[in-house]
Amino acid sequence: MERFELDARRLLCPLPVIRTQNRIRSLRAGDTLEVVCTDPGASHDIPAWCRVHGHEVVEVAEHGGEIRITIRVGGPNAP
Amino acid sequence: MSTQRKAVALVSGGLDSMLAARLMLDQGIHVEGINFYTGFCVEGHTHAIRRKDRDKPKRNNALWVAEKLGIRLHIIDVIEEYKDIVINPRHGYGANLNPCLDCKGFMVRKAHEWMRENGFDFIVTGEVIGQRPMSQRRSTMPVVARESGAHDRLLRPLCAQLLPPTYPELQGWVDRERLLGLSGRNRKPQMALARQYGLDDFAQPAGGCCFLTNEHYSAKLRDLWESRGEKRYELDDIMLLKVGRHLRPRPHFKIIIGREEGENRYLEGYRRQYINLKTVSHSGPLALIDGGADETDLQLAARLVARYSQGRDEDQVRIEIAEPDGQSRTLDVKPLADRDIPQEWYV
Ligand code: SF4
Repeated sequence: MERFELDARRLLCPLPVIRTQNRIRSLRAGDTLEVVCTDPGASHDIPAWCRVHGHEVVEVAEHGGEIRITIRVGGPNAP
Repeated sequence: MSTQRKAVALVSGGLDSMLAARLMLDQGIHVEGINFYTGFCVEGHTHAIRRKDRDKPKRNNALWVAEKLGIRLHIIDVIEEYKDIVINPRHGYGANLNPCLDCKGFMVRKAHEWMRENGFDFIVTGEVIGQRPMSQRRSTMPVVARESGAHDRLLRPLCAQLLPPTYPELQGWVDRERLLGLSGRNRKPQMALARQYGLDDFAQPAGGCCFLTNEHYSAKLRDLWESRGEKRYELDDIMLLKVGRHLRPRPHFKIIIGREEGENRYLEGYRRQYINLKTVSHSGPLALIDGGADETDLQLAARLVARYSQGRDEDQVRIEIAEPDGQSRTLDVKPLADRDIPQEWYV
């Protein structure tokens, strides 16, 4: 169970969601991915994307204009 | 027990594609959605930019639809590949720079590739005959099916009864009797269906699925191509066309002026790529220069920026001009009067 970070700063929605999706594809169930982004839309869209794919959003934290979304990859992590 | 068949549904975030997917779920088909990000899509970015839009629900319509239907949604970045569709559409443009027919063919083709890679059985779209003047006519339905390579693996549940039976119907995976025969621009049947399914709180972006159907946006894109002498764009170019006031005082440069705080903040992100101007003596917008501007051009640009600042009625406004490398200087200028800004400058 590993921890990864994804830099999605400056990207506008839906790009942060797309990057998250593509990154999670290579991770395993139980892994943690921390996405850092700046588009406020991402704090809604990434959790929505996680809900439809069965991944768990552990935390959404905002600090200094940056949003950190911590995701626990669900399983089975099929496409 | 027979195996459950799988369909990949093009989900735009609009009502029709939502209903098409819903009809498949009704028939026991496993459905997953696919959505393509071309860079021209109306949603996303736009929420983050303008302040007046900040209070609107910030959601991606396609994701919202997927959640409502309880299906997975795959969002695919097609920014690069899509350029060729916008630049060289085989079937030409619609009323504006919207290459709808080529676009449909492209998206169905991508969905078909995805279908094969992921072991799915067929493709579903929300197309309705006669709904859209360019891409959804009886004569274009076979064009999309053929050019995409999807052929009879492409099912349009909302108008299937008016079209020849497709593979999923012939195989008995889908019951043709329970598909629809909608045609024309009347939206009432879709509304009624949405109510029946409890999906009437649907998202409906006005005026098509992308900025290319927008007259003003298309004018700006045309201007960009004309000024470059060729049809070419990068993602940053087309994103910037959605933001700010665009004025072209001289053929070789354009100025993009933020209209409010949200846009100024957005333009901030481009200060390392473009010469940028902002007012220092008064509060005012941030502006970017696109093109090669000489000293006289910069003077003019500074006077324009001053016009859109709080100092517009003053005799002098101080403007800071910064290069992409961060080097900056200031310039005192008299704001341009409205009568000195020809209408043709507005792109
Ligand atoms: S409106 Fe835009 S996204 Fe929709 S079919 Fe036409 S070109 Fe494609």
